[in-house]
Amino acid sequence: MTRQTSSAVGSASQSDALPATDELREAPDLKETIGPEPPQLAVRAATMHAFLALCQRDAFATLRRDPWGFLAQSLIAPLFYLFIFGRVLPEIGAAGPRYGVQLLPGVIGLTLVLTALQGVALSLVIEFSFTKEIEDRLLAPIPAALVGVQKLVWAAVRGIVAGLVILPLGELVLPGGLHLGGASWPAFAVLLVAGGVAGASIGLVMGTAVPANKINVVFAVVLTPLLFTGATFYPWQSLDSLRWFQVITLFNPLTYVSEGMRGALTAGPHLGTGWIALGLVVSIGTLGTIGVRKFIGRAVD
Amino acid sequence: MSAGATTPRPMIEVSELRKRYAPKAPEAVAGISFEAQRGEVFGLLGPNGAGKTTTIGTLTTRVRPTSGYVAIDGIDVQANPVAVKQRIAVVPQRPNLDRQLRAIENLTFHAAYFGYGRAERRRRALEVMKLLGLEGREDEEVNNLSGGMAQRLLIARALMHRPTVLFLDEPTTGLDPQSRLFLWARIEELRAAGTTILLTTHDMVEADRLCDRIAIVDHGTIVALDTPSGLRRLLPGSGGVEVVVTGLADADAVLGRFGEVESAGTADGRRQVRIYGDAVDPAAVVDAVRDASGELLELRRIEGSLEDVFVHLTGRDLR
Repeated sequence: MTRQTSSAVGSASQSDALPATDELREAPDLKETIGPEPPQLAVRAATMHAFLALCQRDAFATLRRDPWGFLAQSLIAPLFYLFIFGRVLPEIGAAGPRYGVQLLPGVIGLTLVLTALQGVALSLVIEFSFTKEIEDRLLAPIPAALVGVQKLVWAAVRGIVAGLVILPLGELVLPGGLHLGGASWPAFAVLLVAGGVAGASIGLVMGTAVPANKINVVFAVVLTPLLFTGATFYPWQSLDSLRWFQVITLFNPLTYVSEGMRGALTAGPHLGTGWIALGLVVSIGTLGTIGVRKFIGRAVD
Repeated sequence: MSAGATTPRPMIEVSELRKRYAPKAPEAVAGISFEAQRGEVFGLLGPNGAGKTTTIGTLTTRVRPTSGYVAIDGIDVQANPVAVKQRIAVVPQRPNLDRQLRAIENLTFHAAYFGYGRAERRRRALEVMKLLGLEGREDEEVNNLSGGMAQRLLIARALMHRPTVLFLDEPTTGLDPQSRLFLWARIEELRAAGTTILLTTHDMVEADRLCDRIAIVDHGTIVALDTPSGLRRLLPGSGGVEVVVTGLADADAVLGRFGEVESAGTADGRRQVRIYGDAVDPAAVVDAVRDASGELLELRRIEGSLEDVFVHLTGRDLR
């Protein structure tokens, strides 16, 4: 290890192994290493570089450091929903044999939205309150609002990946596998993106509006209703006989994602395409705007 | 970006800065102005809650001023925060390292945010880690680093993009003496290389040793701004005696004849009295206290340290 030359710090703690000050004093090109240097990039180019580098960091952290954690976190719940509701219930006669066909688009929507939501909300609460990791991002040469937008974009990407993995999972778990003969793949792709962004927008609002000491309560209070009022486990039109509940579900962005997926992947009845588009645009527009504003409020006092 | 001015442009400029966090809250910063030049180490000293962190926050784009003007290298922080962020780096009070990344990855990704290419950032990361005594710790998990190492990694990260202005918020609080000496040497090297440094600290020895000029901040305003030696001249006398006494009805009257006195009550009837004057005789003070049937608990010589100046200007009350 390092030579201990300086007598003044001769007893320097071994574990920290500081190089002796004198040695470093002689370093010839210190100015080359640490001296100030004017920025190399114009503001706009710097912003673009920073945005991409933040995405790179997130991709690296997810893929290289914790890929299994990410998949387990995203897929355990949908796996059980598919298995219990799509396979076990029909098997024991508590649900119709074709229930799985209706269930699959709902579970894709659910996984997409919740994975994106948690990707933003949890990381923001932790980074703003406990680890303060967000500070290094906020000091990167990029406007504070775009740091929030980048969080949203990356969480949407995570949601999309998790949503896609539901397809092979359905093939394995559901009786008779997938029935996707009449699926509209372009519509599916648009809904994946829109659903991911919608979920991440909800997460951005939660992550910036909820104080850290309340996050447990809020998660429990928000997630369960979100899960069950989102037309996940039932097609929206089948609620005709339960009008008041049908109206409530319209306030949940997940309803539009699930119904959209149902429209894209099955031939069954679903909410009208125009309503789905409107619901998604309004959800993303309002929640996204509120979320980014709240994010700026947290980032700049 | 205008060039050609005869006087060099200040690297840090704070003018009539005010900040109120909520409409009814008291002003956290109540009209602070100062400038720091290229290559200067400028110290902000003050009790907790004096407004130091808020002032730094406005300079580092994290706090929006209620009024006033702040600029880095001539760039208005409010108008162009991204250009300011390109030029500054912050070493925070508490570690905010990226715990999903290993030590060296904290540095390389930070450099990536600032547009450095892949090969360049790895080369710089190795160089800077070596400079800060972190050689061989490249692949360490951040959670496994000791407090001193984490602090040095934070400084290494701040140096990655070669900032023009470096903000050090209590950089050596909680470090062992070896780490402290080591960091002081690095800070002096940075100054020599032309980096402008804004330093906050509670450590008077540190401020005295490192700072070219110091602003003492209290209740949101600057109560004194000078070189360390200039600040020492603010004491009523360069020397004197500080005593803690009990049992005296009027300690100031008893001790006032020795010189100018400043006193404050402490717990359980004790009184802390500072007697300024070069010719105060400690033995005479002891006698005077005994003659007035008081009890002398402590006596120490005031040697005109920065700490004495600080206490003289900001008082002894806890914040």
